[in-house]
Amino acid sequence: MGKEELTAQETALYDRQIRIWGVDAQRRLSKSHILVAGMTGTIVEFCKNIVLAGIGSVVLLDDRLVTREALSVNFLVPNDEEKLKGRSLAEVCCNSLKDFNSMVHVSVEKGDLSALDGEILDKFDAVVIGRASFATKKTIDGICRKRSKKIAFFTVDCRDSCGEIFVDLQNYVYNQKKNDDNVECQFHYPSLEEAVAVPWNRLPKNVTKLYFAMRVIERFEAAEGRIPGETTAADISSVQQLRGELCKANSINESRIPDELLKRLLEGTREHPPVCAIVGGILGQEVIKALSGKGNPLKNFFFFDAKDGKGIIEDISSL
Amino acid sequence: MASEQELQAIKGAKVLMVGAGGIGCELLKTLALSGFEDIHIIDMDTIEVSNLNRQFLFRQCHVGQSKAKVAREAVLKFRPNINITAHHANVKNSEFNVDFFKQFNVVLNGLDNLDARRHVNRLCLAAGVPLVESGTTGFLGQVTVHVKGQTECYECQPKPTPKTYPVCTITSTPTKFVHCIVWAKDLLFAKLFGDRTQDNDLNVHSADATNSSKNNEDISVQRDDEDCEKYGKRIYDHVFGYNIDLALSNEETWKNRNKPKPIYIKDVLPEPGMHQNGTNNTLDITDKSSLSAMHSLGLMNPQDTWTLAENSKVFLEALSLFLKKREKDIGSLSFDKDDQLSVEFVTAAANVRAASFGIPMHSLFESKGIAGNIVHAIATTNAVIAGLIVIEAIKVLKNAANSFRMTYCVEHPLKKMLLMPVEPFEPNKSCYVCSEMPLTLEVNTHKTKLREIVEKIVKNKLGVNLPIIMHGSTLIFETGDDLEEDMVANYALNLEKALCDLPSPVTSGTVLTVEDFQQEFTCSINITHREEFDDEKEPEGMVLLGLTPDLYEKPSKVATTEESTSMAPQEKPATVSDSDDEIEIVVLEESNRFAGSKRKLVETSITNSHDPKGKDGINVANDVGKLDDGHDDEVVVMKACNEDVRKKAKLV
Repeated sequence: MGKEELTAQETALYDRQIRIWGVDAQRRLSKSHILVAGMTGTIVEFCKNIVLAGIGSVVLLDDRLVTREALSVNFLVPNDEEKLKGRSLAEVCCNSLKDFNSMVHVSVEKGDLSALDGEILDKFDAVVIGRASFATKKTIDGICRKRSKKIAFFTVDCRDSCGEIFVDLQNYVYNQKKNDDNVECQFHYPSLEEAVAVPWNRLPKNVTKLYFAMRVIERFEAAEGRIPGETTAADISSVQQLRGELCKANSINESRIPDELLKRLLEGTREHPPVCAIVGGILGQEVIKALSGKGNPLKNFFFFDAKDGKGIIEDISSL
Repeated sequence: MASEQELQAIKGAKVLMVGAGGIGCELLKTLALSGFEDIHIIDMDTIEVSNLNRQFLFRQCHVGQSKAKVAREAVLKFRPNINITAHHANVKNSEFNVDFFKQFNVVLNGLDNLDARRHVNRLCLAAGVPLVESGTTGFLGQVTVHVKGQTECYECQPKPTPKTYPVCTITSTPTKFVHCIVWAKDLLFAKLFGDRTQDNDLNVHSADATNSSKNNEDISVQRDDEDCEKYGKRIYDHVFGYNIDLALSNEETWKNRNKPKPIYIKDVLPEPGMHQNGTNNTLDITDKSSLSAMHSLGLMNPQDTWTLAENSKVFLEALSLFLKKREKDIGSLSFDKDDQLSVEFVTAAANVRAASFGIPMHSLFESKGIAGNIVHAIATTNAVIAGLIVIEAIKVLKNAANSFRMTYCVEHPLKKMLLMPVEPFEPNKSCYVCSEMPLTLEVNTHKTKLREIVEKIVKNKLGVNLPIIMHGSTLIFETGDDLEEDMVANYALNLEKALCDLPSPVTSGTVLTVEDFQQEFTCSINITHREEFDDEKEPEGMVLLGLTPDLYEKPSKVATTEESTSMAPQEKPATVSDSDDEIEIVVLEESNRFAGSKRKLVETSITNSHDPKGKDGINVANDVGKLDDGHDDEVVVMKACNEDVRKKAKLV
């Protein structure tokens, strides 16, 4: 048949998940390589999931030094201040992640995400970005789309008790079973840049307010040159003003982006662990689907708000 | 962000987790990160290799150790200053009584079986402690909240009891592969390797009133002069050849059914060399886990479906290996899905039987799943569910009753949603658990013994752990360690009596009271005499009414959205049930269940795209409730259906 079989060790360990997605998908997963940037609480959850699932390799990128706050949402890091001094988040997470699955190769890449070029990105089948500036995300997504190799692109951001996932699988072809037939389906994903450029008044009226709120905050951070996530309650009046401008430019009513939601997102720079688990879980599933080629991928945004408990998919594209 | 008040409530809370497995590991981690500082865990299991793909607090080196204890140690590594108490014990133990439960602010379940869930439900009701229930299977999951007096209890909506098969289907007229598995596991395997003193229907045929094997000798015992090879062939020929020929001789059985073909070894493996033992296994014989018939025959891939000849070789080789290398086990072995040789034997036997009846054969991988009631599982779903559990737990601590939600995690989005929250229902006034509604039992009081009532109804259907059965003020049955000998003897006698022959005769119109002190559970059963029962539709010979209120009328079915793409034939989840893998969205009429509230109901009945054998719990999108959507006028409601099956499917 020409296919290598899974080792006995893999078969035993992955038995329960092979029963979900099959041996072929598992094999494809084990040959996949991903780059993960920004070790937020949600990203840590995601990494745990992907390593347990048996991905081929994970490269972690986050030079930030370990802080108490970072530890508060991180279960990978043992509570030993002495050992952690002076070490980067990526380093300490790497050590713990290796423990979860000896068959997965986990390593650290130093440096800035924005400095990565196409050649480096070519090593990966997917890039997953935790918190980063919009400019950086846009750039990386742009590079991924230009490579001849298909590189899947994901971003995730959790603030207060909300979370947002963005997916760009470019042109994604997959087989779907429709009444005993295998139908080939194709999804055309917009780039991040294209997606957020879709005029708001052209989107369906029931698109979640969280989408718009996140865009306002995103623009605010970019305009103010803020490090992503470094906002406070005091920013509310500036943000409200920006909201007004954006809504006018996009011809929608300001009331679609409630003050209360903006305030929550501005104040809640620290992640809420249950939300990290939920959003990290959904992200894990999406990356597994994209890399294994099995299962309907999400297109193209996912939102969660613990306040109403809904996990919503929004298709933000100009098509 | 969490208010100071909320943080304080979390910090001061005392929480009980029942289960430290798939959901439990994720839950304990999230509770600890969320600021909980006093957590008790109960779990009776030890760690297995197949757990490690998702129960991330455990490592290879922990295999065999207590889940509760290892989970505790792992979490203390990143939260050393919190209190975690690990109980390596069965939650049904008497130490976990109402007083024990009363000390907690909330109980969080991460269980894998219906029995334990019901037990915990009753204790939570008795103790007045809110319960957050949950379950996952593959990509599906759900979280539900149960607060006494405010919402439904876990048992307000009846949970379907395990699928059982009529005896004759298993012994004589199988039509599905699962029937062959059950035959191979519960009859043949049990007969050859299990307790020989147990009753076994292996040689019973449907049309025969008497045991057709009239020989005095037990065919399953190896004769003195018989070597393993001969014995193996004799067994093979007997069960796959002779027994089938015998069954065929009864024309009636096969009037409307396809006839099976008898299979004899000489026809399958004609060359004498073919059925010799495979390459000698020179591995260390003391390592029983390495014993493998398939490997010594060169069959290396558990995903392959073997030919009839290969299955027959595995059958003989496995049998031979048991006799030669595991003599000591014979006579006391029960089927264990992690025992490679047992799984190989059952697979091979089931496949030969399947071939005989024209049923498609299956691979070892698939057979193991079916025989072992394996539930497919991944970390991601458990992580999502754990997050949702903690969110509900925090609401419970804040007593934010209006915000309680039942949340369903689906694989294919419904109305754009992957996570669907629904308001909990009010308690069911007819619930026999929390509303103490009486039930009715239709039974033949002249023929049925008390023992059958205790086993099939009281323990199985009603989920009572330590039953006390009374007729008026007379005790007719009790269990317990502190009973006097003469009482025990008395009850033993009662068990063997027909209902109408009991010292306090139970006849039509009698009301029995069933209690369990530990669960603080009380239930009345009105007895109604009925002479006849349908063997196929009512195999238990009695019918309990009041457990399953007829909630809705279903009109025509509406076509579904896309079906699951993630399942190839070989990857069908191991299941005891046999309906197709489909998601149906059924639009129902408005329900009368809640007077005055008109709702549009959307029933999502997910049949076998999830596994009904809830190991890590099962359940999806099946609860009637109001979808919380501030903007949407349309209200989406779903009907509940919880399928949870016991680990050991019993032949009834």
